Amino acid sequence: MATFNWTQLIQGVTHDTSHVATTAIGFGVMLVLAVVGRIALGSGNSAVVPSNRLGFKGFFEWNIGLVRDLGYELMGDQGFKMAPLFATLFFFIFFNNIAGLIPGMTPATENLNTTIAIGLFSFITYNAFGIYEHGLSYLKHFLGPVLYLAPLMLPIEIISHFFRPISLGLRLRGNMMGDHLVLGIFTDLLPPPATVIFYFIGLFVCFMQAFVFTMMSMIYVSMSVSHDH
Amino acid sequence: MKSSIKALSIMAATTLTSSLAFGEEAYAAASSSDGGTGLIAVSAGLGLAIAVIGGALAQGKIGAAAMEGIARNPNAQKNMFTPMILGLALVESLVIYMLVIAFLLQMKI
Repeated sequence: MATFNWTQLIQGVTHDTSHVATTAIGFGVMLVLAVVGRIALGSGNSAVVPSNRLGFKGFFEWNIGLVRDLGYELMGDQGFKMAPLFATLFFFIFFNNIAGLIPGMTPATENLNTTIAIGLFSFITYNAFGIYEHGLSYLKHFLGPVLYLAPLMLPIEIISHFFRPISLGLRLRGNMMGDHLVLGIFTDLLPPPATVIFYFIGLFVCFMQAFVFTMMSMIYVSMSVSHDH
Repeated sequence: MKSSIKALSIMAATTLTSSLAFGEEAYAAASSSDGGTGLIAVSAGLGLAIAVIGGALAQGKIGAAAMEGIARNPNAQKNMFTPMILGLALVESLVIYMLVIAFLLQMKI
């Protein structure tokens, strides 16, 4: 079916590469928002006092607070150190999902390329933290608890580790595409004021999928860094 | 033999043997002329329905356990929210995998 996308107004963007253009535009807007948020933070005493309304400072404080509390709950004290990384991941996925709610834009996370790329980033992150924490004996995690079970555990562990970024990517892409299609189909079926309800569902799904992605990444990092063996 | 067991066994034998004949005819009609698109359509819809049955049952169980935990101890509601959301999202991702396969099948019709 013939679809219209705002990014097709840019020269050289075809139907196949529109998700790259959406990601690039989204990244530019996020950079501007981050700079504005940093300026709104101020310095000295006014930087420590939380904001009391939802401006730029309030939004970023909510973002960091959510990820920090989640990190403390899942990872302990190390959660505070890793909070900037996961807050960036959460904000990136949330913003790219929200961009799909604008009429005429498809979210960049609706394409499997974008979501598997973000999943690969999460895969590299938790492996890097594991190697940084344990050195090369991080590879002993793949052998299972007891040594003579190693030939059985090694293929299972390798397959399950390789399935993790794929599952993260498929989950995000399936949710975004399904939500977009439901909105489209119900626009054909119902008069326009009734489809506002589906916008609320879409907002909820966007937030929840970014939250679940961040939470799964944190769980993988905490599993690879743990010292209980 | 008791008469009810005899009646039930006769009914079961009749149903099973006749369903073989009907199934053969329906299968030949479905996959013969148009390259199997009827079977693809039926499998996409039916597979998704079966996946949703299992997914909804599992999510209901998780939700019921969360509700019961909140009812026993309303102060622990914040501790229960994150694991419940994690459980719900993991079960829902299995249904989403089936939805992706249904989309891929639907594009082949």
